[in-house]
Amino acid sequence: MSRLKRIALNQHGVQPLGGGHALCQGCGAPSIVRTVLSSIETPVIVLNATGCLEVATSRYPITAWNVPWMHTAFENTAAVASGVEAAYKVMKRRGTLPGGDKEVTIVAFGGDGGTYDIGLQALSGALERGHRFLYVCYDNGAYMNTGIQRSGATPYGADTTTSPVGSESFGKLQQRKDLTAIAAAHHIPYVGQSSGARWQDLSAKVERAVAMDGPAFLNVMSDCPLGWGHEPRVGMEVMRAAQDSLFWPLFEVLNGEYKLSYRPRKVIPVVDFLKMQRRFAHLFKPGNEAVLEAIQQQVEDEWSKLLRLCGEPVTELPVIKPAEKTEQAETPVGAAA
Amino acid sequence: MAVKTQEGAQLLTGGEAVAYAMAQIDPDVFPVYPITPQTPIIQTFAKLVANGKATTEIVNVESEHSAMSATIGAAMAGARSMTATSSQGLALMAEMVYIAAGMRAPIVMAVGNRALSAPLNIHCDHSDSMMIRDSGVIQLFAESVQEAYDHMVTAARIAEHPDVMLPVLVCQDGFTLTHSEEPLILTPDEVVKDFVGEYKIPLPLLDVEQVTTKGIFALQDYYTELRYQMNAAMEAAETVIADVFAEYSPLVGRPFGLLEEYELEGAERVVFLMGSTAGTIKDVVDELRAEGEKVGLLRLVSYRPFPAEAIRKALASAQEVIVLDRSDAPGAVPSLHSEMAAALYGSSAKLRAHVFGLGGRELVPDEARAIFAGEAPTHIALRS
Repeated sequence: MSRLKRIALNQHGVQPLGGGHALCQGCGAPSIVRTVLSSIETPVIVLNATGCLEVATSRYPITAWNVPWMHTAFENTAAVASGVEAAYKVMKRRGTLPGGDKEVTIVAFGGDGGTYDIGLQALSGALERGHRFLYVCYDNGAYMNTGIQRSGATPYGADTTTSPVGSESFGKLQQRKDLTAIAAAHHIPYVGQSSGARWQDLSAKVERAVAMDGPAFLNVMSDCPLGWGHEPRVGMEVMRAAQDSLFWPLFEVLNGEYKLSYRPRKVIPVVDFLKMQRRFAHLFKPGNEAVLEAIQQQVEDEWSKLLRLCGEPVTELPVIKPAEKTEQAETPVGAAA
Repeated sequence: MAVKTQEGAQLLTGGEAVAYAMAQIDPDVFPVYPITPQTPIIQTFAKLVANGKATTEIVNVESEHSAMSATIGAAMAGARSMTATSSQGLALMAEMVYIAAGMRAPIVMAVGNRALSAPLNIHCDHSDSMMIRDSGVIQLFAESVQEAYDHMVTAARIAEHPDVMLPVLVCQDGFTLTHSEEPLILTPDEVVKDFVGEYKIPLPLLDVEQVTTKGIFALQDYYTELRYQMNAAMEAAETVIADVFAEYSPLVGRPFGLLEEYELEGAERVVFLMGSTAGTIKDVVDELRAEGEKVGLLRLVSYRPFPAEAIRKALASAQEVIVLDRSDAPGAVPSLHSEMAAALYGSSAKLRAHVFGLGGRELVPDEARAIFAGEAPTHIALRS
């Protein structure tokens, strides 16, 4: 059976995250959640950090969740998952699990705010302790739930409400932190980076992640039409441009071994990705050329570093320079006004 | 000086005593983070588990915030879960203490009460417990190692009662009890096991057949009602604590209560406080009684729920009530003082209050005499 059919059939008999939630049109999170949970064969137990995904799916007295789901706070989801996993382990050992000793998979979801920043300590502790669970960060690069404030995941140069563009500022002045590498530094069996636009990649990674006997971490790019400033319908294209420009490479780290998942046949310049989003619009105004160059340089440096880690030949990038692509660059797909 | 102990008694510190109670209960999960003066609890318990005396899953988390988070996760998953902390640890986990109560997680937490920073101090006062006074958790304060142990044995029954479903904090004075050996009689293992029973909560998260959504988001339309339910639970807790104590008391031959009345018969001046300092006050009450003074002590065991009605009754004939708070409230009235002002509103008894014992400064018998005599300053033993 094809992967698509298997996901569509849904092993839980029902859609884990049903309709009726209040997430925005075009939000990357729900399709990531559905792809992740439907790729897992056992019943799932879901933990969720405070954030868009949580508030939009659990407003009392209704719920969008058809699988066991729990939220407690913002910064502690990995710690809550640790407790649930410990409970599962000991109840299995003592024979007190409800419904016998059925295998379950514990999955935690957090946004980049709840994972890169306020939840980093709890995540690090849980990964180091070796609890068997999958943590999925849906990374849309800012605190979108509270109104687009910058996070440790916000890209260099992005306009957010707390890194606003002004006469003295070109947006966020710092480079984003490399959370996937931080997770990999915990010597856990599985770390992966995927994208909401690459469901096959994501699904395959989830399968490998949950097969591991230990913690697994997935960092998944998720678009946010509101925060990024693009039409809801083009979210997938924007995220695909993030891969094709090497801005958000796809790779995994299996027991410490880096493996590249996707190498674009044609690498597009990073400005093609940036131009699709209002949060970078100011960078295309005169005077910010150096910022654009710096972003391109950062992307190339990170890519070379990743290739070396993956044992791939580090060749000169076949980047099509913006000048050679004038036509496409001037008509970005669905860029919001 | 040789200490004469009751037959069958052994010397244990308060920290060791609650760890022994935990080993007898053998909870499912114990997420915990070290902090003075709570550390004897986790160290003793870890050793007991290492020697096979309990088979609890200990989760050595990376902070108290995560300790309470993991405890909530485990408790809601369907496992009997306990944790322990003190002072800054309780402050760090305060957010999650409110959430534990709001989610109605029947957790038991051992607390070694300690002053809050700044300045940094490791010794006893009650400011840590006071900080979370309105969180919706039950707080029981022990006077002795024996009482801390007995509270630990009974706490799970109180927390897990269907009418309650709230966390219970078993509080004991840091160092004065946690690190001091006192003679203690352990309840036999099988008596504890039978008494505590199995952990059963409705609809555990790990039930994949009866699916639940927990930790929901509730706004203006439901929040008030959901929080209000904790009032009913606290009200029920007053009865449940009394019932559980009444059931346990004959098993061990010791009296328990939400309050302890000491020489209240005909007492005109009564001291009201919590914790180990009651021992000193009792000695002074004995001396003053021998001198013909009509003095007594009312010791508060259950800080939350606060048994206001029972307190009014116990103090019906007192002429003067002297409240001793082991925590301060800069710019306002300390906790016990304000609770008592409310509880005794309309009573003819005069209310006097002092703050004592901050950061481990002990209250000595001469000061207790001065307190009864009405000659003590507002802040006991404050140097100018």
